[in-house]
Amino acid sequence: MELKELTAVELGEKIAAKEVKVREALDSVFAEIDAKESEIHSYITLDRERAYERADRLQQLIDSGECKSPLAGVPVAIKDNMCTKGLLTSCASKILGNFVPTYTATAVERLEAAGAVIVGKTNMDEFAMGSTTETSYYGVTRNPRDTGRVPGGSSGGSAAAVAANECFYALGSDTGGSIRQPAGYCGVVGIKPTYGTVSRYGLIAYGSSLDQIGPLAKDVRDAAAVLEAISAYDEKDSTSLDRKDTSFTAALKEDVKGLRIGIPADYFGEGLDPEVASAVKAAAKALQDAGAVVEEFPLAHVKYAIPAYYTIADAEASSNLERFDGIKYGYRTEDYTDLHDMYKKTRSEGFGTEVKRRIMLGSFVLSSGYYDAYYLKALKVKALIRKAFDEAFAKYDLIIGPVAPTTAPKLGESLSDPMKMYLGDIYTISANLAGIPGLSIPCGKDENGLPIGMQIFGDCFKEDLIFRAAYTYEKIRGKF
Amino acid sequence: MSREYETVIGLEVHVELATKTKIFCGCSTQFGGEVNTHTCPVCTGMPGSLPVLNKQVVEYAIAVGLATNCEITRYGKFDRKNYFYPDNPQNYQISQLYLPICRNGKVEIETEKGGKKYVGIHEIHMEEDAGKLIHDEWGDVSLVDYNRSGVPLIEIVSEPDMRSAEEVIAYLEKLRMFIRYLGASDCKLQEGSMRADVNLSVRPVGEEKFGTRTEMKNLNSFTSITHAIENERERQIDILESGGSVIQETRRFDDNKGESYAMRSKEDAQDYRYFPDPDLIPVQISEEWIEEIRSRQPEFRPEKMARYAKEYGIPEYDIGIITDSRHMADLFEEASRLCGQPKKVSNWLMVETLRLLKEKNMDAEDIRISPQHLASLVELTEKKVINSSVAKEVFEQMFEDDTDPVRYVEEKGLKQETDSGAIRAICEQVIADNPQSVADYKAGKEKAIGFLVGQTMKAAKGKADPGTVNSLLKELLG
Repeated sequence: MELKELTAVELGEKIAAKEVKVREALDSVFAEIDAKESEIHSYITLDRERAYERADRLQQLIDSGECKSPLAGVPVAIKDNMCTKGLLTSCASKILGNFVPTYTATAVERLEAAGAVIVGKTNMDEFAMGSTTETSYYGVTRNPRDTGRVPGGSSGGSAAAVAANECFYALGSDTGGSIRQPAGYCGVVGIKPTYGTVSRYGLIAYGSSLDQIGPLAKDVRDAAAVLEAISAYDEKDSTSLDRKDTSFTAALKEDVKGLRIGIPADYFGEGLDPEVASAVKAAAKALQDAGAVVEEFPLAHVKYAIPAYYTIADAEASSNLERFDGIKYGYRTEDYTDLHDMYKKTRSEGFGTEVKRRIMLGSFVLSSGYYDAYYLKALKVKALIRKAFDEAFAKYDLIIGPVAPTTAPKLGESLSDPMKMYLGDIYTISANLAGIPGLSIPCGKDENGLPIGMQIFGDCFKEDLIFRAAYTYEKIRGKF
Repeated sequence: MSREYETVIGLEVHVELATKTKIFCGCSTQFGGEVNTHTCPVCTGMPGSLPVLNKQVVEYAIAVGLATNCEITRYGKFDRKNYFYPDNPQNYQISQLYLPICRNGKVEIETEKGGKKYVGIHEIHMEEDAGKLIHDEWGDVSLVDYNRSGVPLIEIVSEPDMRSAEEVIAYLEKLRMFIRYLGASDCKLQEGSMRADVNLSVRPVGEEKFGTRTEMKNLNSFTSITHAIENERERQIDILESGGSVIQETRRFDDNKGESYAMRSKEDAQDYRYFPDPDLIPVQISEEWIEEIRSRQPEFRPEKMARYAKEYGIPEYDIGIITDSRHMADLFEEASRLCGQPKKVSNWLMVETLRLLKEKNMDAEDIRISPQHLASLVELTEKKVINSSVAKEVFEQMFEDDTDPVRYVEEKGLKQETDSGAIRAICEQVIADNPQSVADYKAGKEKAIGFLVGQTMKAAKGKADPGTVNSLLKELLG
């Protein structure tokens, strides 16, 4: 087997066994990058020189036995909305086109402590706002499975890099599906953990109450190993949780006997591509055949999730993005007459269309006289959605559904109709509103050979059950 | 002729809390650091940084709330107040709008007529301070210093219950006393650690409805607050009397000119788009926490004054001075307990201490003398180990660096000569050396004895007790 075909955990084992040098792993990654990057464009920034320097230092630590982590020496790609000290962190925006952070995000720090080698920073929708990676100021990323199509978004660069073997795993962030949907489109595994599991410190915020960092990986084991490495209480993030149950690799058992799995009938209604529907149902059937108890049930409030999500996420974003003003860092307009003019021009020129649309929507729903009707109402809907999941999880251990209504759309198809793009988030956003974990795993291909993603939800803190079911399914499915 | 008008005043008081670190990060709150040195990603609004609440801020806010009879909010939140300005690095200030930490309190004040009344506290909320703009006078630029960004503040919002400048000052003094006694702030108006904005309207006496109010900012002393209130009252009455109407606006008081000018009107008011800060978890306050803070509340000044009058028998004026500062009161009590001489302790505080504070332009809070050493000093004089003029010298040294008076007297050899034989010998020598004075004394000039006492003290290098010398000389002179 070629080196590039190895999973992250397999590579880690070979590095630990001194069968593979860290440099060789990097060579493999950069060979793929050199061959494919001009077409795929997974990365905004490559950090080749420092990656090799670090590889040599790590090799010494591995050889001396000081670094024994299962991911030691394995090359990783980081979404460009996580701060990396000394390395450009642009959020795929013009406004942060010169922003080099003075500190590193906690999740990335944890990976570095586990011996990860950062290859570079991946492309994304500007400020994670989008579902296609087409809103990036630095150009689109193409889906490695079909370069005429989008990789999904907003963590499209991370998903594409994993699918194209341009890294062995990647970090993404998920506010409304931004890990799970591109994982589905690119045929890789992605998980958004329970809100609070991974520190948000250093993640440039989009919707603070919804954002979570998570892995995009080649298989379920990799996803579990990476999530295990980055999950930890962080005193620098007030919303971070002190969980004791983050040994996710221990949950990887081929056993779903007696697991109660609910299929929300409301996720299989109008708008869902029949090919996607049948692939997901077939996967659920496979789990049933393996001993799980699978049944359909009605999940309440599904249609309210999208308006509630866009109200809350945009409200928070409108405030989170105020700090980008040309004063302290980032882009500043060339010509201005006074402070107000400088703000106006900097932000008008620095932000892209989709970001400006969401800032305006968010500012509107928070404005005096509309706050109660929009923002407060959306919070109430959020609470109702949480309640609907509570009721569902009283009956089921897991919930299974599609990741997105269709497989990856063609480049340029989505942005012309933002409403349609927003509606595409219907199956993923509820997990963010409810704070629950959700995993995306490939479960088939459509007639064009494009990957179809299945989503597995669990109640808060039930990542172990999700991993168990996903692992079992992956064994049944075989190599994707 | 003009009608009688009543002034209606409510205050918004900002107090900078005396925490060691900022409200949402670990940076120092100390004054006077090099520009942008007390900063980190959090208080400079770096992308991806997150706030974490400093628990001490909540403790101080609860303590002030308890002192002012407020209800403490068990489930509170922080909200973002969104507005663009360069001193505000995130372009939102983290404050509290919907669920402030304290509500519905009241503070008792004495009115100018000698009566008592309550001023209601609408709410107390916690928030962060902004940075400081530095305008370059030569270049065409402004710079920002974020050292103050994130310094904790509480804002105490009163009800419109005050009717005169005197009541306002009485209220502010009361607040300041509580906060200083709690150690929550030094409350210095000039330095900005206490800032008061005055909301004022006037209405004809007997009228129920409030008039249109203005808000006055930039008031840096009790004097300027008093002037601003008087000035604004006159201005509003003039407008009403000439048939106009008061515009709701924010005004800035110019202390030098003694008048105010409009900063912005209600129409220019921004929409701050307040909403709960999703980066911070709700502030949940348990009954136990409140009780723990309540049990640590100090005895405040009014109770202390009453108790001192009863327990120590020192003049009311002295009690007023001593209890003005909790630090001085603590020093007084502990030193009195140690030496059992409250009047003597009070005397040291009232005379020498006040003199030195004034001379050195210091606050009572800055007194460094420990109660142990002050008590020792009282005992040294009581036991006539040193005389009063030596004691003053020792005290000055103690005031500098809390020197131990016993050791100091020992080391400098300042003990009074107690060997009566030795003093007698010096007296005899002085009598022998000053025949003229002796003759004068014997001729009935009582004053001459003073000169002889002085000479003896001089010869004894000050270490004799003047009373003893006096009687000894009289005895020797027959």
